[in-house]
Amino acid sequence: MVQTTPLWEVFIRPRNGLAHKHAGSIHAADEVLALQAARDVYTRRGEGTSIWVVRSADIVASDPDQAAENFEPTADKIYRHPTFYDIPDDVGHM
Amino acid sequence: MYSQGLIGADGRTTESEEFLARFQARIDAEEKIEPNDAMPEGYRRTLVRQIGQHAHSEIVGMLPEGNWITRAPSLRRKAALLAKVQDEGGHGLYLYCAAETLGVSREEMTEELLSGKAKYSSIFNYPTLSWADMGIIGWLVDGAAIMNQIPLCRCSYGPYARAMIRVCKEESFHQRQGYELCMSLAFGTPEQKAMVQDALNRWWWPSIMMFGPHDADSQNSDQSMAWKIKRFSNDELRQKFIDATVPQAEYLGLTLPDPDLKWNEAKGGYDHGPIDWSEFWRVVKGQGPMARDRIKARKKAWDEGAWVREAALAHAEKRQARKMAAE
Ligand SMILES: [Fe+2]
Ligand SMILES: [Fe+2]
Repeated sequence: MVQTTPLWEVFIRPRNGLAHKHAGSIHAADEVLALQAARDVYTRRGEGTSIWVVRSADIVASDPDQAAENFEPTADKIYRHPTFYDIPDDVGHM
Repeated sequence: MYSQGLIGADGRTTESEEFLARFQARIDAEEKIEPNDAMPEGYRRTLVRQIGQHAHSEIVGMLPEGNWITRAPSLRRKAALLAKVQDEGGHGLYLYCAAETLGVSREEMTEELLSGKAKYSSIFNYPTLSWADMGIIGWLVDGAAIMNQIPLCRCSYGPYARAMIRVCKEESFHQRQGYELCMSLAFGTPEQKAMVQDALNRWWWPSIMMFGPHDADSQNSDQSMAWKIKRFSNDELRQKFIDATVPQAEYLGLTLPDPDLKWNEAKGGYDHGPIDWSEFWRVVKGQGPMARDRIKARKKAWDEGAWVREAALAHAEKRQARKMAAE
């Protein structure tokens, strides 16, 4: 039987103060090897100070076919944006 | 290192007119396509094939240069070559991971490379005969790769474009270390200069063939352009590469082995002599001098690594079982 080596998603914090950001994926048998492989593949030139690895199979994603119902309602709620409210210039910056 | 004009792709697709029109409208609006988005089967297949070929090229591309690591003439050159070859391995992995987002597995892609079903760039089926080849490869082969890859950073498929941005950042070091190596030989002893001229003579034509067949003979280009997988035609990229390279060769005092190469004022670029496409197709079809060795080396690496992969998985399972028992 051919066993397949699990896939992991790699997230890297470029430097402290910034959030971890998705960089790509790698294959590794376990989390220890996954971290090592992620370091070798994604941080050869000081790209990061911290790495997260997550099994790709454990990621739950929203369905792109439902993107309209999930995300479009925000576009017509313009009253959620500061520019919806008229404030006279005399008041100063607000 | 490199992506060639796609060899043998097939952009045919069978979805409804309406679906295809909606997809094309997204592409035309410069929207990126992401992994779970609906996409025509032809688009997916073309990308799987192109990204796969590209990934295989990076991996096989480690072999011709790996051949010289132990014989590098100084620690500085050895460190640079080692870092470059390691980068190419990394490029292969970024690209495999981009292809995997399209539903093809790493195992399937590896299998296709080892069985000879998948192609890789034919440039790597030429032998690296002298140390000067390390300079010429960095300068010309990575240089041609950069020309091909920069437009791919704007490819319509998000994961491929992102992988290419990462790759392009690293390629510049590859080309510069190669050109610097060529400088040290070209400005060195007469023997060194002759060695780098010989390497240039051998690599020039294969390098300009890296852009693939002429536009008139490249059937898959139109669909790839419409889908914005490709942004420039093979001939446009080849022209840019030649125009950039001629002055670099002049600076080195080396001669490009094409007697018909001359400046064309009207088009603002260089004209070049006829390319031997029969050689190109021979090499693509696996008759390059090193084709058998390359696949043999990949097979050997894969087979000899089998026990490591199995041991790592067995160890992971054991740890998992121990953890479950403790909970
Ligand atoms: Fe490279
Ligand atoms: Fe590369």
